[in-house]
Amino acid sequence: MHIMYFSEQPMSAYPEQEGRNFRSTALMFPNRHFDEKSASRLYNEYIEHYVMAEDNGFDGIMLNEHHNAPFCMQAKTNIMASVLAAVTKRVKIVLLGNPLPLAENPIRLAEELAMIDLISKGRLVSGFVRGGGTEQLAAGVNPAYNRERFEEAHDLIVRTWTERGPFRWEGDHYQNRVVNPWALPLQQPHPRIWIPGVVSTETIKFAARHRYPYIALNTSAEQSRKVWDAYDQVAAEVGYQSGPQQRGYLLRCHVAETEEKALANARQFMWMAGEFTGVAHPVWGNPAGYYSPTQRQMFVKMVAGRPEAAWATGYAAPFEQQVAELGIVCGTPKTVIEKLKIVLENMQTSILALWANDGKVSDADARTCIRLMGQEVVPAIREYGDKLGLKSPFDLETPVSTKFSKDLMPRVAA
Amino acid sequence: MVAWSESTVTVAGGKVHVAHGGRGAPLVLLHHDIGTPDQLDFYDRLAEHFEIILPHHPGWGKSERPQWMRSVRDVAVIHQELLAELKITGHSFLGLGFGGWIAAEMATMAPRDIKKLVLVGAMGIKPPEGFIADQALLSYIAYVKTGLHDKSVFDKTWGPEPELDVLEQWDIHREMCFRIAWKPYMYSQTLPHLLKNVHTPALVVTGDDDGVVPKSAAEVYAKSLPHASLSVVKDCGHFVELEKPAELAGLVTSFIAG
Repeated sequence: MHIMYFSEQPMSAYPEQEGRNFRSTALMFPNRHFDEKSASRLYNEYIEHYVMAEDNGFDGIMLNEHHNAPFCMQAKTNIMASVLAAVTKRVKIVLLGNPLPLAENPIRLAEELAMIDLISKGRLVSGFVRGGGTEQLAAGVNPAYNRERFEEAHDLIVRTWTERGPFRWEGDHYQNRVVNPWALPLQQPHPRIWIPGVVSTETIKFAARHRYPYIALNTSAEQSRKVWDAYDQVAAEVGYQSGPQQRGYLLRCHVAETEEKALANARQFMWMAGEFTGVAHPVWGNPAGYYSPTQRQMFVKMVAGRPEAAWATGYAAPFEQQVAELGIVCGTPKTVIEKLKIVLENMQTSILALWANDGKVSDADARTCIRLMGQEVVPAIREYGDKLGLKSPFDLETPVSTKFSKDLMPRVAA
Repeated sequence: MVAWSESTVTVAGGKVHVAHGGRGAPLVLLHHDIGTPDQLDFYDRLAEHFEIILPHHPGWGKSERPQWMRSVRDVAVIHQELLAELKITGHSFLGLGFGGWIAAEMATMAPRDIKKLVLVGAMGIKPPEGFIADQALLSYIAYVKTGLHDKSVFDKTWGPEPELDVLEQWDIHREMCFRIAWKPYMYSQTLPHLLKNVHTPALVVTGDDDGVVPKSAAEVYAKSLPHASLSVVKDCGHFVELEKPAELAGLVTSFIAG
């Protein structure tokens, strides 16, 4: 198994009531509510938490980025990854990930990632994402070409990493007449690429086509099964047997010394009205052309029909229900281990990201959580995962992609 | 009662839908970014005086989407080729909002071909004051209402809760705007310069309460076109043809006939 520590790096100093009053906590929520002094303190605390996670036995640290929103302070995942490359020694630095369509120059991304891989001595896992709808607007990037840009930037970055330059790239969205960066990754043929997502079928198929592990973000057991089915089907068509090594799962999970404390702190996962990425304005979150055209009607209904009143309360299931359904796991190490065993049995994933602290969980409680998780939960879960045969891509040394696979079987007809 | 007919012409590899109606001098009508209803009181009024040629922009309404299209100037070229295919000459242009931008682009391409040019709440120019309203931040309904001085016109035209197929069309049209006019949003940095030798007599119309395109953009149009006059419609927003159909039809008719 590969078990990671994750935090959204919440800007916990943000005035929650202001967000409720504004009825949205992203994109246009005024940044006059940004508090510089608290942000500086929090960034440094979060870096210390990552170092603790390594010291206490986690295999990896998962990072991400979002823009214009207090739920996530990471405006650039590569900046935090650069810090971790220098201050950690052992953990994998797992970026889930860089929003490729936001890049105007993917070569620059390829260089930054190569430097992170070099400085970390080959510990980079370079996930790629499309970025949420609001991220496109925050970056001024055309949402209508989001998926085309994602796929083209991906192709360009992988080629930049694996083919010596200079060469020329004349694509639909990127034109680089000279590609010849003087920083290339240490890992060969290139750093592992993992793809996180919620349920977008196109992204699942993209990951499966390339043999990239797909990290399901807090999906239900039923949703996850559908994801793995879709993935497995494409894998069979491509010619490899997919399994737990291609499956990852992000779960909100908080551990404390008492059940009461764990429950109280886990409630902080609801701090953004229970929404995964804060309370999204339906229009800003779903710009035209961003989503799959096959689902246009569904999104049009969502954009047009969401009642304004619901913005104030959010759309997530109540906390108690999420806890009961193991969408949120919390407790002492002892009870959490038992719950995580059920999660692993349900999800059959070899990659597990534990989103451990959110909202206004205090620095002291966050540290306790990391210590208890690392010292008690992670070893027990790793052992249980082994028993279930959940071998990670590192355990099995799987090929980094279809392109670099030497074990493909004859294709099965679609 | 005006009889309307439809035709389809293949231009640049894609099917362009055209509505025809009325009799008289040819008037090419270029619709808004949100597309156009099939029937409008305003269209019928104009059709009493003109032969109306009303194409759906490529990617809008019943016209096919050219996946390759990347600019509003591409739309203008397609419409020029469409007019050539239809063998239309001696025509005038009436451009509404986004269609005004297309009309202005078309005028710069072939200034001698056009009899008269009417631009109503035209996009296409960076307003010196204010901004062109950003659809990306507004719901479909809120965007249209932003363009109305009298909000009750919305209900009269689409009903208080527009049908899903109307909303879906608005989404498709919005996506088209993004595909071809995302950045800079809904204007051209070169158009004001290119307008300077368009000697076509031009009428620039703006509602005095246009929440979509600031009046200052109309003023730049009126200043850039050498033979233009500016007309401001009172108590009116961006969708002048919906709010003041009789007044706008009168302005257009007397200007083109005059």
